[in-house]
Amino acid sequence: MCSRFRIEAGLLLLLPLAACQPPQTPMPGVGPPVAGAPLVRTSALVPGVDREILPRDPRALAYYDNPQAVVDGKRLFQQFNCSGCHSNGGGGMGPDLMDGTWIYGSRLEQIHQTLVEGRPNGMPSWADKIPDPQLWELAAYVRSMSLPRTLAAQNGPTPSQTPAPVPRAVDQDPGWSPSPDTSNDYGTTIVGPQ
Amino acid sequence: MIRPTVALLLLLCPALHAQTVPPGVPAGEVFTPEQIGHALAAPTPQAGRTAPSAVNAPADDGQWTMPSKNYASTRFSTQTELTPENVKGLVPLFSFSLGVNKGQEAAPIIADNTLYVVTAYPNYVYALDLTKPGAPLKWRFAPNPLPASQGVACCDVVNRGGTVSNGKYIFNTLDGQTIALDVKSGRPLWRTRLGNIHVGETLTMAPLVAKGRVYIGNSGGELGVRGWIAALDEQSGKLLWRAWNTGPDADVLIGPAFHPFYAMDRGKDLGVSSWPPDAWKIGGGNVWGWITYDAELDTLYHGTGNPGPWNAQQRPGDNKWTAGIFARDPATGAARWFYQFSPHDQHDYDGINEQLLLDLPFGGSMRKVLIHLDRNGYVYVIDRKTGQVLSADPYGPVNSSRGVDLQSGRLEVNPDKETKMDQEVKDICPTASGSKDWNPSSFSPQTGLLYIPHENICMDWLNLQVSYIEGTPYVGANVHMKPGPGGHRGELTAWDPVNRRKAWVVDENFPIWSGTVATAGGLVFYGTMDGWFKAVDARTGQALWRYKVDSGVISQPVSYRGVDGHQYIAMLSGVGGWSGAVVSGPVDTRDGSAALGFVNVMADLPKYTTPGGTLYVFALPH
Ligand code: HEC
Repeated sequence: MCSRFRIEAGLLLLLPLAACQPPQTPMPGVGPPVAGAPLVRTSALVPGVDREILPRDPRALAYYDNPQAVVDGKRLFQQFNCSGCHSNGGGGMGPDLMDGTWIYGSRLEQIHQTLVEGRPNGMPSWADKIPDPQLWELAAYVRSMSLPRTLAAQNGPTPSQTPAPVPRAVDQDPGWSPSPDTSNDYGTTIVGPQ
Repeated sequence: MIRPTVALLLLLCPALHAQTVPPGVPAGEVFTPEQIGHALAAPTPQAGRTAPSAVNAPADDGQWTMPSKNYASTRFSTQTELTPENVKGLVPLFSFSLGVNKGQEAAPIIADNTLYVVTAYPNYVYALDLTKPGAPLKWRFAPNPLPASQGVACCDVVNRGGTVSNGKYIFNTLDGQTIALDVKSGRPLWRTRLGNIHVGETLTMAPLVAKGRVYIGNSGGELGVRGWIAALDEQSGKLLWRAWNTGPDADVLIGPAFHPFYAMDRGKDLGVSSWPPDAWKIGGGNVWGWITYDAELDTLYHGTGNPGPWNAQQRPGDNKWTAGIFARDPATGAARWFYQFSPHDQHDYDGINEQLLLDLPFGGSMRKVLIHLDRNGYVYVIDRKTGQVLSADPYGPVNSSRGVDLQSGRLEVNPDKETKMDQEVKDICPTASGSKDWNPSSFSPQTGLLYIPHENICMDWLNLQVSYIEGTPYVGANVHMKPGPGGHRGELTAWDPVNRRKAWVVDENFPIWSGTVATAGGLVFYGTMDGWFKAVDARTGQALWRYKVDSGVISQPVSYRGVDGHQYIAMLSGVGGWSGAVVSGPVDTRDGSAALGFVNVMADLPKYTTPGGTLYVFALPH
């Protein structure tokens, strides 16, 4: 619970800042991001930092706990042929999206970033094709696929037709969690540079 | 310390992933061969022995320079050292990691005591020196295909092999290049790029080289890619001609020399008029399988892929020239005849499988025929001079059609199994990948039998409205595959093409996705998707030998004579391909529609094998 407190406290601190000005603690050797452009990381490794990097894109907030967003996202997923490559979440030409493992991160802002930028091994960039609000809806639906509530509504070999909204709580996770059954979390025994 | 959110993820225990494989379709759901098999004349085996001509299958020099072994595509080795008596002593002599854990569909190529192999993406090429112990690496070549090509490859990032001709190793890359390497140095002599990944086009097939020309064709039938076949100059790589398989006659290279046997294939610009307006531009008909050159008749034969999208309700008409076979002039590409196996295909029955060129007794005399094992489930025996179908018999479970009308040439589609938008049609046989997919058969002139590695799989299909977005899939169907009658998913069938019947059948748990090779010692070799490489008796099908390799087998085994005069068998392991994507790709088995519906019937494969990619060479200890 202590870590949860830390994250939520950090959120309160960082989110309003990220929207309008560069983050307050520049990393050594790294210039501050361009003002106004939210920084979304596609790597869990940040030199000199041993803790989770917090979300910085306030646009994501509207798509948490939003049942309509995932329903619309599901429709768009068919409409824009995402399903052609990712099937109904199980994958094919592109990787599956329902197993809870992520190459480029699971947070809504990271999934959104994947959709905007595309990814090198064959994921198209949709920036010019799909309006931004719809990209967020798609991100919410994609994130919903691996939620326990969505998976619980699985019907035989067909993934749930009723995606669960994405709880705000899931994005406390930095996007690349260690395996949940890991014991001896290094964070409890090693204190890194503060 | 377990974080509360992370604890939620705990519920995704991998053990929950495996769905069970559905039961087999009841035997009564499919037609019997007697009900739907037809021939123009009764068998006349006394009229002569079935064999390829010496022109198309010259005397075996012990090498294996093209995937099909010879132009006749018999994949028959005259090596006799290995026999049903001694094959149990066969052992691996050396192995070589390909460094790529994706589906390996290629045939090892052996020329001048060097073994060449091309891997799945990123299409590494290795040359191994067979004159030295352990076959050390002579050279390797990395073509660096564009990584984005992986996203537009419909069914794993496979490559079906290269070929050696006049001091060159010629192969294709996933991102659309054809490359000729100098066999001595491994350096490229030329590189030609005809495939454009931005429209969803890839190259996965094995080029065919004949008379100074390299023949290639594109993949992309699941992405609305318009199919073509092209000829390149073997010396320079320059494009000599390209024929499209949809569109106006001028594009298809249909002119005065075109004489299709059946009325249904005659008419002006059928490649336009048999489609809704402009649909031919994104209509598929790709050439991703086998091209065959007939040195006797100086003719090229190639099948054409499925029409796109899969949702046939979006493309009323016969959809020429998809799901059929062309005979062309090899010098100009001009079409000579065409025959459509599946007009207005509704089930993804590509016509791209192999064609074997044989002389066969039919109707009392010897005929020059082409034998084609189509995805739609029939063994077609076709007069290769005229394009007339002499016989068409089912070799796997069929109910999507009720036979081929040999007067009109037309496949008689079963209305009960036509695909629909408002209803999931159940138990369609064969499945989308066919009674058999690309993986080639072999033929032994000693037994007169074809050794057909194939599937026993059916499917449920629901059409979905799909819109075309360039460079993305253009499919429009939700498919769930299931085993065919009996519940086993694969069969090795020894087929007697003269008497039009099975000589014997070996059932396999998984679909057979490897080729077969037949040898003069009386053996047939093939591999299984759970990783067994096997030898059976060519006359009886009796299991004689097997060896467990590191990953499932979907490649094309070959047989050659080593420097020491002994017989060797070479093959690749490395499961994947459309059927094996459930292992080679990041795929979740909870979605049965994944990998275009194949996952539903392969959900248990991950329990049997893991991704891999290794070359193995076997011999008797000596
Ligand atoms: C042409 C095929 C194709 C289409 C269409 C496609 N994708 Fe992808 N997608 C891929 C491939 C391939 C990757 C893996 C890319 C990589 O690893 O570099 C991928 C990756 C992703 C990822 C990242 C997964 C991770 O583990 O981080 C997400 C999320 C995603 N796709 C969502 C979508 C959505 C939503 C759409 C529709 C708007 C879509 N994709 C359309 C092929 C496709």
